[in-house]
Amino acid sequence: MSDEIPAPAQGVAAASIAESPKTEPSPERPSGRSVFREIVESSTLVVILAIVASLILSGVLILFADPEFRAALQYFFSRPADTFQAAADALGSAYSAIWQGAVFNAGGDTFAQKIAPFMQTLTSATPLIFAGLGIGIGFRAGMFNIGAQGQIMIGATLGAMVGFMWHLPFPLHLLLAVIGCALGGAGWGFIPGWLKAKTGAHEVITTIMLNYVALYLLSWLLTLESFQRPNSDNPQSPVLDDSALYPKLFGSQFQLHWGFVLALLCAVFAWWLMERSTLGFQFRAVGANPSAARTAGMRVSMVTILVMTVAGAFSGLAASAQILGTQPSLTVGIAGSIGFDAITVALLGASRPVGIVLAATLFGGLKAAGPTLQVQAGLPIDIVLVIQSLIVLFIAAPPLVRFLFRLPTPRKVKEVVA
Amino acid sequence: MKLELRGITKRFGDFTANDAIDLVIEPGTVHALLGENGAGKSTLMNVLFGLYDPDGGEILIDDKPVNFAGPGDAMAAGIAMVHQHFMLVHPFTVAENVMLGHEQVKGPFRLLDINAAREKVREISARFGFNVDPDAVIEDLPVGAQQRVEIIKALSQRAEVLILDEPTAVLTPQETDELLEIVRQLRDSGTAVVLITHKLREVQAIADTITVIRRGKVVGTALPTASREELASKMVGRAVTMTVAKDPATPGDVVLEVEGLSVVDDLGVVQLKNVSFEVRAGEILAIAGVQGNGQTELTEALLGAVVPATGRATLDGKTITGLNIKQVLESGLGFVPEDRNEDGLVSTFTIANNLILDVYDRPPFSKGGALKPGVIEESANKAVEQFDIRTTSVYLTAGSLSGGNQQKVVLARELSRPLKLLIASNPTRGLDVGSIEFVHKRIIQERDSGAAVLIVSAELDEVVALADRIAVMYHGEIVGIVPPNTSRDTLGLMMAGAQQEEDAA
Repeated sequence: MSDEIPAPAQGVAAASIAESPKTEPSPERPSGRSVFREIVESSTLVVILAIVASLILSGVLILFADPEFRAALQYFFSRPADTFQAAADALGSAYSAIWQGAVFNAGGDTFAQKIAPFMQTLTSATPLIFAGLGIGIGFRAGMFNIGAQGQIMIGATLGAMVGFMWHLPFPLHLLLAVIGCALGGAGWGFIPGWLKAKTGAHEVITTIMLNYVALYLLSWLLTLESFQRPNSDNPQSPVLDDSALYPKLFGSQFQLHWGFVLALLCAVFAWWLMERSTLGFQFRAVGANPSAARTAGMRVSMVTILVMTVAGAFSGLAASAQILGTQPSLTVGIAGSIGFDAITVALLGASRPVGIVLAATLFGGLKAAGPTLQVQAGLPIDIVLVIQSLIVLFIAAPPLVRFLFRLPTPRKVKEVVA
Repeated sequence: MKLELRGITKRFGDFTANDAIDLVIEPGTVHALLGENGAGKSTLMNVLFGLYDPDGGEILIDDKPVNFAGPGDAMAAGIAMVHQHFMLVHPFTVAENVMLGHEQVKGPFRLLDINAAREKVREISARFGFNVDPDAVIEDLPVGAQQRVEIIKALSQRAEVLILDEPTAVLTPQETDELLEIVRQLRDSGTAVVLITHKLREVQAIADTITVIRRGKVVGTALPTASREELASKMVGRAVTMTVAKDPATPGDVVLEVEGLSVVDDLGVVQLKNVSFEVRAGEILAIAGVQGNGQTELTEALLGAVVPATGRATLDGKTITGLNIKQVLESGLGFVPEDRNEDGLVSTFTIANNLILDVYDRPPFSKGGALKPGVIEESANKAVEQFDIRTTSVYLTAGSLSGGNQQKVVLARELSRPLKLLIASNPTRGLDVGSIEFVHKRIIQERDSGAAVLIVSAELDEVVALADRIAVMYHGEIVGIVPPNTSRDTLGLMMAGAQQEEDAA
């Protein structure tokens, strides 16, 4: 019975080790956890350099997407100046389009028109701040919440129901709608938290699956008569009452609404929660070392549930920025790609509120710049996605950034212990 | 084969772990490398083994310079090392681990010849009296047996130089004697053995040459005939008292009473069998035994981390079995876990935060769910001073501290609350002589202030130094409770259990 022949796969693995007898020189064993750490705890410098590197690399892509540059490249050796001219033109128009689309439009007639792009940037940043904060809290508590997307959809659904089914006076209606959004997200976050605490199901798997559940639940709801907009064949809900919407922050000339202020308040709250509250202390302890947290008397499973619920509530508030802010009608596309962009935002912001607000503003800016980039520089709007993706790529691989910028490898204090 | 290290220097940033170390290892001798933790012994051996590139110096074999790019080169040259932290593949069997890196194949399909590896394990196991099943999976084996697998692996490579890094840390006195006997056999057959240790007893018993290392430098050599005090003061750099000063205990009322406690693990294996004992106020009960004989389960059951299958424990008359960890801690238990990095500290947290890890939600550290950073800092500064935690700021991470200072953080945290009972598992594991003295003193202070103390230790020296009574555990049972002046031989025999029980297992 015990004389089994080892499985072939094992044999192959062992044989390949035999071919390279030199074993890993590092005494530390790489684990999934340490890779996770590396991403979450990347230094500010690496983050900034990752942004720079991705802008440079996307510059190369912009060049090759530009027909004039490609044409000039054909006769590079006869007239190299043309190529450089074309390159400068292409890059110049691309980067100035980003600037004009996201920050300041110098060509505007009025001051309002001039700063309109930045207002748009902040508007786009608002849901990212909310959801990024939630995901950041999850990261610091050791949980990879991929489910912001689903949490946003459910939050938006509940918020929208309050918004178009009930008819109440202004501040009360808005308040209830905001609470509806938060509760919807919190409830959808509670499920994977509870599953992890009770059964050990990994939150990455469950949240991804729950994203699909939320999507199709929302699609189905929109086929119901009570969710149908009158006189419309499209799957969209009635428009929410004005009394349930965030008022505009600077009048109707800008889309920016009070949700942005709420997002900043939430960032302050998130900071207090994680740095100054006993609950956040437990979150961080469980995230950094669950065994020690448990030995110190913390209830790890309870913390797990709470973290996911809080993260879900923040995602739900991100939904409010959409449904009570910019898109006051429920559709299947209500969450856009916010739930996923927010993961990047949280990573980029190193899971800290200030970092998340800055990162969300950067991503909001890229999003706001998309249309200008397309119209003015003739570039595909997808270039924005490429820039975002490259940033993530570089942040996930700090050694690559250190190599590109010739940074010294950080010294590992651990190795000093002989 | 003669091995020589000349002027080996290894730096980590500004820290010089090895400073121009010279060492000659002659064939057929046992060379002890004596030094405290952090003195640079392991670093030196990692350089020799090709794991670290030295910043200076050279390695010579039979007077010819060699260059090891990695452990593979060192092994090929006939150097084998048994690391302090075992380098085994946990889901593999003993035989698979032993052949790993040196696989034999047979037949036209080049299948792994696992039977040859099994045979090798059986042969070495029989030769040296190890009781190791070649088909046992590593992760199911206790730490002591895992070490034996490491030794078998090294021996199976026909090493000419065998480096043993703190080999006896997990062995019973008898097993230690057996190991020393193996070392003697190896030496007599011409193998050079390098014994890295801070245990003077072993050094005196077996070494032919002793090199003492302190703070990365060779501070001298000694003969095995040197006295323990002489060796210790060379190692530490100052005069050391080898015993802890302690008044006789004045036991009071029973504080901890354990009755028929049993623990069954997830696999259904009984890890703790019907254990009963009591600890009185003002006395130290030390639990001796080789690691993995139920001590962990006992302390975890008392803490509330595992639910006992049967039995109960009362603390000051109040039943604590069935309570959760928080409730048990609040009933007046101080707990120093056996693995401080895993269970005692959050290494990425600041020292200040680690000092409140189990009291963060009580006044004065928080109020209404809000932490009070000012109070936390003030109390942390006080603890740093009282417990002599060597750091420049309470806002450095616990991970940046040395092992001894980390342990002081854990101890400071647990002893800062009023305690009825202190449970400390291997409280001085991996600590240097200076820190051991300090930790022992604090534990005795706690006893003298009227707390009941339960110490679990695999180090007989520690048990003997601290205990007012000694309980010996073997295979999840308490073999007996004996007075502290019981001879080491008797304790050793008890730690190895009764003969009939061994057969039953």
